Amino acid sequence: MSPHGNPDAPASSATEINREAPNASPKVEAAPEAGPAVDHHDRSTWGLWEVFVRSSRGLSHVHAGSLHAPDAAMALRNARDLYTRRNEGVSIWVVPADAIAASDPDSKGSFFESPQGKDYRHATYYTKSEGVKHL
Amino acid sequence: MAAQNLQSVPAELTPEEDAAGQAHFDRIIAEDSRIEPRDWMPAAYRKTLLRQVSQHAHSEIIGMQPEANWISRAPSLKRKAILMAKVQDEAGHGLYLYSAAETLGQSRDKMMDDLIAGKARYSSIFNYPALTWADMGAIGWLVDGAAICNQVPLCRASYGPYGRAMVRICKEESFHQRQGFEILLELSNGTPEQKQMAQDAVNRWYAPALMMFGPPDDDSPNSKQSMAWNIKRFSNDELRSRFVGMMVEQVRVLGLTLPDDQIRFNEDTRKWEHGPLDWDEFHEVLAGRGPCNAQRLERRRAAHDDGAWVREAAAAYADKQRAKQSAKQQKEYAA
Ligand SMILES: [Fe+2]
Ligand SMILES: [Fe+2]
Repeated sequence: MSPHGNPDAPASSATEINREAPNASPKVEAAPEAGPAVDHHDRSTWGLWEVFVRSSRGLSHVHAGSLHAPDAAMALRNARDLYTRRNEGVSIWVVPADAIAASDPDSKGSFFESPQGKDYRHATYYTKSEGVKHL
Repeated sequence: MAAQNLQSVPAELTPEEDAAGQAHFDRIIAEDSRIEPRDWMPAAYRKTLLRQVSQHAHSEIIGMQPEANWISRAPSLKRKAILMAKVQDEAGHGLYLYSAAETLGQSRDKMMDDLIAGKARYSSIFNYPALTWADMGAIGWLVDGAAICNQVPLCRASYGPYGRAMVRICKEESFHQRQGFEILLELSNGTPEQKQMAQDAVNRWYAPALMMFGPPDDDSPNSKQSMAWNIKRFSNDELRSRFVGMMVEQVRVLGLTLPDDQIRFNEDTRKWEHGPLDWDEFHEVLAGRGPCNAQRLERRRAAHDDGAWVREAAAAYADKQRAKQSAKQQKEYAA
């Protein structure tokens, strides 16, 4: 586990699939959650991919879910069948789950800058201009 | 076994860190916020969720079978296409839920192995046979209907990945129930024989559908804890009563009847009541002694085995492509 809020030490390789779950040790099975990363070369276990879907032109790709696939081409096809059966997207990204770096979930308040006393970053802080048009 | 290890606390956590984790967890639950995969959570919470979500996933996967069996016998091309879309949706639901379960630290392969080995449970409803075309109507209307009733509150389950999977699933379920209703409505307005077939299917699926909500509240020891954790939002009996109320209205539109002469609205409790259900049968079916348990598992096992060569071929192809790719990269690097 990384120290809270240390941006130089990502908390995890990524992904919501919790490979640091309490059953990680002792390692008894070649389960994907047991190791630090899914071995994409392991024939018995397909790697984990995170799927991002752009719902229409002009919008960002948004995380839709995850899936297992042996390679990127299959991951894209599986993602199409699994997450866009009803025209939910015009574009898909698939990313190997272990290629994503994630911040520590507990670091709220230390890693993320405190908003305390920083109201001046918001437009609502400036009240004297109230009633002035187009401002 | 991994499932047992889930109960143990990871070695690197000190008691102080555990206490801090518990306090953080309790605060999030009290605020009715969401627990996310990398948060600390009590071992029992993780275990309960893993059991529930994996059983839910298995139910979607096994649940494809009664309807898939009817695809080749659907009465029209339109009905065939609809049924295929529905069965494909159920496969998707299974996969969303396996993903959610994986975030709790169990591999999908392990869950699938458990299902095939007969070690895992799934909803008892799918161990009943689908005897006629009208059963496609009754399954959509009653079984998917009961599932929706159960699943809508689960969209607010305290575990983030589970709730998100349920949101996606609920969006897709409403078509399932409507297409079933439509099948029954058409049969009900058809010949007397067709109407009788629809009534017969409703008669057979009514009680098993009601039992989908689980045992009565006083015989459901884990419900209370699940509600305290904001996984479950309403009790089994509460959801069952709501479902009965909805069906009472809808069956009139169908021109059919529910096989239960004890349905009534209790003015004092403001709740719908129904006749007794055969809970012995429920436990028998759940324990593997239902009419189709063996057939369902056998079919799942065969499908898994039949697909082995595809999985192996895809992995071998991916390996080959990767080897090619890295050879090319090394060449470029050397040059
Ligand atoms: Fe479903
Ligand atoms: Fe469904």
